[in-house]
Amino acid sequence: MLVDGLLGGGFAAQVQHVQAPAVDYGAIAPVLVVLGGACISVLVEAFVPRSARWSAQVVLSLLTLGAAGAALGVHLYSFSRGGGTVVTLAGTMAVDGPALFLWGTLLALGLGAVLLIADRTVEPGGAFTADAAVRPGTAADRAQLGGTSTATVMQTEVFPLFLFSLGGMMVFTAANDLLTMFIALEVLSLPLYLMAGLARRRRLLSQEAAVKYFLLGAFSSAFFLYGVALLYGYAGSVTLSAIADASAGTDRSETLLLGGLALLLIGLLFKGSVGPFHTWTPDVYQGAPTPVTAFMAACTKVAAFGGILRVLTVAFASTRWEWRGLLWGVAIVSMVIGVVLGLTQTDIKRMIAYSSVAHAGFLLVGAIALTTQGLSGTMFYLLAYGFTTLAAFGVVTLVRNADGEATHLSQWAGLAKRSPLTAAVFAFLLFALAGIPLTSGFTGKFAVFSAAVADGMAPLVVVALVASAVAAFFYLRVVVLMYFSEPAPDGPTVSVPGAFTTAAITLGVVITLLLGVLPTFALSWAALGVFAS
Amino acid sequence: MSVVPTGGGLLLAMLLLPLVGSAVVALFRSAPVAAKATALAFALGELVLAALTWSAYQPGGGRLQLLLSTEWIPAFGARFALGVDGIALVMIALLAVLVPIVMGSSWADKLPEGRTAAGFYALLLATQSMMIGVFAATDVFLFYLFFEVMLVPMYFLIGRFGGPRRQYAAVKFFLYSLLGGLVMLASVIGVFVVSANRLGQGTFDWATLVRISGSIPQSTQIWLFLGFFVAFAIKAPLVPLHTWLPDAGAEAPVGAGVLLVGVMDKVAIYGFLRYCLPLFPEASRALAPLVLLLAVVGIIYAALLAVGQSDMKRFVAYTSVAHFGFIGLGVFAFSTQAQAGAVLYMVNHGISTGMLFIVVGMLMARGGSRLISDYGGVAALAPVLAGMTLLAGLSLLALPGTNSFVSEFLVLIGSYPRQPVFTIIATAGIILAALYVLWFYQRVMQGPVRGAAVVGALDGPGTATAPEMAMQRARAKFPDLSIREVAVLAPLVALILLLGFFPQPVLDVINPSVGATLTEAGLTDPVVGQGGN
Repeated sequence: MLVDGLLGGGFAAQVQHVQAPAVDYGAIAPVLVVLGGACISVLVEAFVPRSARWSAQVVLSLLTLGAAGAALGVHLYSFSRGGGTVVTLAGTMAVDGPALFLWGTLLALGLGAVLLIADRTVEPGGAFTADAAVRPGTAADRAQLGGTSTATVMQTEVFPLFLFSLGGMMVFTAANDLLTMFIALEVLSLPLYLMAGLARRRRLLSQEAAVKYFLLGAFSSAFFLYGVALLYGYAGSVTLSAIADASAGTDRSETLLLGGLALLLIGLLFKGSVGPFHTWTPDVYQGAPTPVTAFMAACTKVAAFGGILRVLTVAFASTRWEWRGLLWGVAIVSMVIGVVLGLTQTDIKRMIAYSSVAHAGFLLVGAIALTTQGLSGTMFYLLAYGFTTLAAFGVVTLVRNADGEATHLSQWAGLAKRSPLTAAVFAFLLFALAGIPLTSGFTGKFAVFSAAVADGMAPLVVVALVASAVAAFFYLRVVVLMYFSEPAPDGPTVSVPGAFTTAAITLGVVITLLLGVLPTFALSWAALGVFAS
Repeated sequence: MSVVPTGGGLLLAMLLLPLVGSAVVALFRSAPVAAKATALAFALGELVLAALTWSAYQPGGGRLQLLLSTEWIPAFGARFALGVDGIALVMIALLAVLVPIVMGSSWADKLPEGRTAAGFYALLLATQSMMIGVFAATDVFLFYLFFEVMLVPMYFLIGRFGGPRRQYAAVKFFLYSLLGGLVMLASVIGVFVVSANRLGQGTFDWATLVRISGSIPQSTQIWLFLGFFVAFAIKAPLVPLHTWLPDAGAEAPVGAGVLLVGVMDKVAIYGFLRYCLPLFPEASRALAPLVLLLAVVGIIYAALLAVGQSDMKRFVAYTSVAHFGFIGLGVFAFSTQAQAGAVLYMVNHGISTGMLFIVVGMLMARGGSRLISDYGGVAALAPVLAGMTLLAGLSLLALPGTNSFVSEFLVLIGSYPRQPVFTIIATAGIILAALYVLWFYQRVMQGPVRGAAVVGALDGPGTATAPEMAMQRARAKFPDLSIREVAVLAPLVALILLLGFFPQPVLDVINPSVGATLTEAGLTDPVVGQGGN
């Protein structure tokens, strides 16, 4: 509009016509609070003395999440009282039912993640390096491992990075046009690239993870942007609904539409770690500091699938018969890669990474159903999976030996004997990941698969169920190790978690159980509304 | 009287009492005797509840009785709905009788190092609760849920308390069952979707699904039937999906083995009767020859394998596979007589195999070996134990006057009019049963005292000990049954004889439900059969 205006008339005449778009501040308040909190967090990092930074940052982060949650609650109230969907900021943000659900999910998962990030008791000084620029293996690197008094003061730049990333994710799930989506994608990704490289121990792995994630992430962003360009060429607009309108019964070039969709999807599937675009996942999950891995595994998945759901439902529903077969294939490939490679893993973090690839396949099964059931089922699955995997990584931070976390599977042998509670919690989470009833994993699978069958995808569901059975094998392997094997004499110890980690794990376990036994509340919230079109 | 629950409340109480008991018993980690006593008290309480349930059930009354139904997950159309018919009732009663007996028989078991009695008894009670749920559920979703969850405590029972190869056996058991369960999940979802197409609103309510079953096209029915069939064929187990049972049965601790073979496997037959036949009548009729073939092959094949076993527990497991063949024949021969016989067979088999498992456990507790060849001439040392073994064996081979004779006779006479060929082949199984039981008894119990487990390693081969000396040593090592052991076996002996001479009260409960099942499957009795009694 602006461009047309500039071409059409004199600049001065047009200035009067350019009006600031109306903003519904109430609707986007949660995002504003989180991004505002992130800005304040940067200032805290710059101006608060080092000794007080950790407490200031933790309080600020928790307050930010609390305030955002409150703002979300207020808007949700007006939403359910008939306020309905709000499309604001000149049509770039759609605060509809799914966006509100995903925002709530992101904030709740973010709360769990920030609790893990803030913990300083499991590893003195936190899981983050004091000086990320130090070369691994040098004396300075060894010094930052601990022992010196400066090292045990936690480096706190991870908090603003976390808040920015979370804010980006929230925008991403509500973005109503592709350019906003792209910017949100970058806002959520760039802090994650940095956070992946911050591990205090195993610096080389961590740096490798960060570089790999950055390079591949930049590559996928380029795909995304190219896809946006092609779609703009097709529809003459980057708004999702405009693309939908353009594709409904025209004789424009399908090549542009489908090519654009394919490239766009590569970017999105990459973020959701859907196979075969998953190759970064195991390395980054393994190398990143475990609290960051927990954050990535839970929240990035929510954001990515929120985006996939919105793009497919709003912009490409009418052309679904042309792309659905392809995404069937992608879902199958993702499930197969996840379960088959998951079987061969010996590192617990890599194993959960491959399990997340398999879960991404399950999520995609629900996401391509494009029915209201499919939408609510997939979103419920995201909520359920997020909390389970968050708590699982929380437990991983606890099992340690002298070199830090003991992530090799053999080191988990006989854990039930040494610390029955930790083993019981982890076994429960593994059963949830395997989808055993009375856990949220089963409810989620049921919701997604029943939506898929109802939409005529029974063969795909059978494949998914067989994949679930295979995946159960590697989850069971860990249970077998923990419960049925004798502990190794020099095995790891289980750290007594501090209040923060305990709270995060408890949150994850309670929600995993609650969503398995009484899921009605979350299911009806997930079915609150549909995407604004 | 208000304290005693009535109607559906009784079933709810039966479901919850062992669950509460399991949690309470788990608290006595360092007090094994208190744990055992508490567990036994809960199991006896459950037996009282079972007696109340039995007396509250009206054999000629409604199809399902003692109903209790409440909204659970409206989004899935799932209700928390309990109720029993005669078939479920006798299974619940069998379970309630077996659990205290199992607890008594495991009282003096030596547990593997590092395991507590509290854990074992808590898991037994948890298994009991889940199995009550399976039999009492009248909502397909709820049934599926218990069907899967009951694997978890049994998995831990085998994996934590079992024999040398327990890890392998536990994982094999879990994966086989889980795979079957997940295939069934596809059918469960399919049933829901089909009902949504028929009724506009999907449901899992069993009675509603039976009403619409006639209108489902045969091809759809066959697919849905096959999903349930795979799960039940693995669970039963039918040849060739039986290989997990000998491993699980051999490695499971005796107490868990009794529940596994005696009750849990019968969930499959129960599932055929309650779900496959009424929900998919056309498919059941069309695919009956397949099931009959597998059943009859199982009778002969498993009986031949039982003859060749050298391990006592594997021997018992294989005899069970053979007997499940008879039960399968009775169910799919489609006459009231045969089906009533099959249901009675489930009860009788639980009693006689349970007893055989327990006496084998008592033998092993004395001899410390599972190999048949390590025993010989035990009757001379422990005549009461030998007598009990003989009685259990005779009941297993269906000697007239014992319980199994009635059921086996009913199955064969009821099957003959529709399936003469299969029935004649199955009859050969009786001869094989006599062979493997009597040969087992002869090798272990009769003849001169011999065998490494009986005489003991002290008198190695070739040592010239006086026969009296050896006899004395063997006596000291091989005492006859203690009072506790006699008390454990006495109720089983009583049941074997009682049901052998006077099965009518149980048949009265079974017959109306079996008749109703046949009607739901769209079948009438063959002309020759007189039905029931």
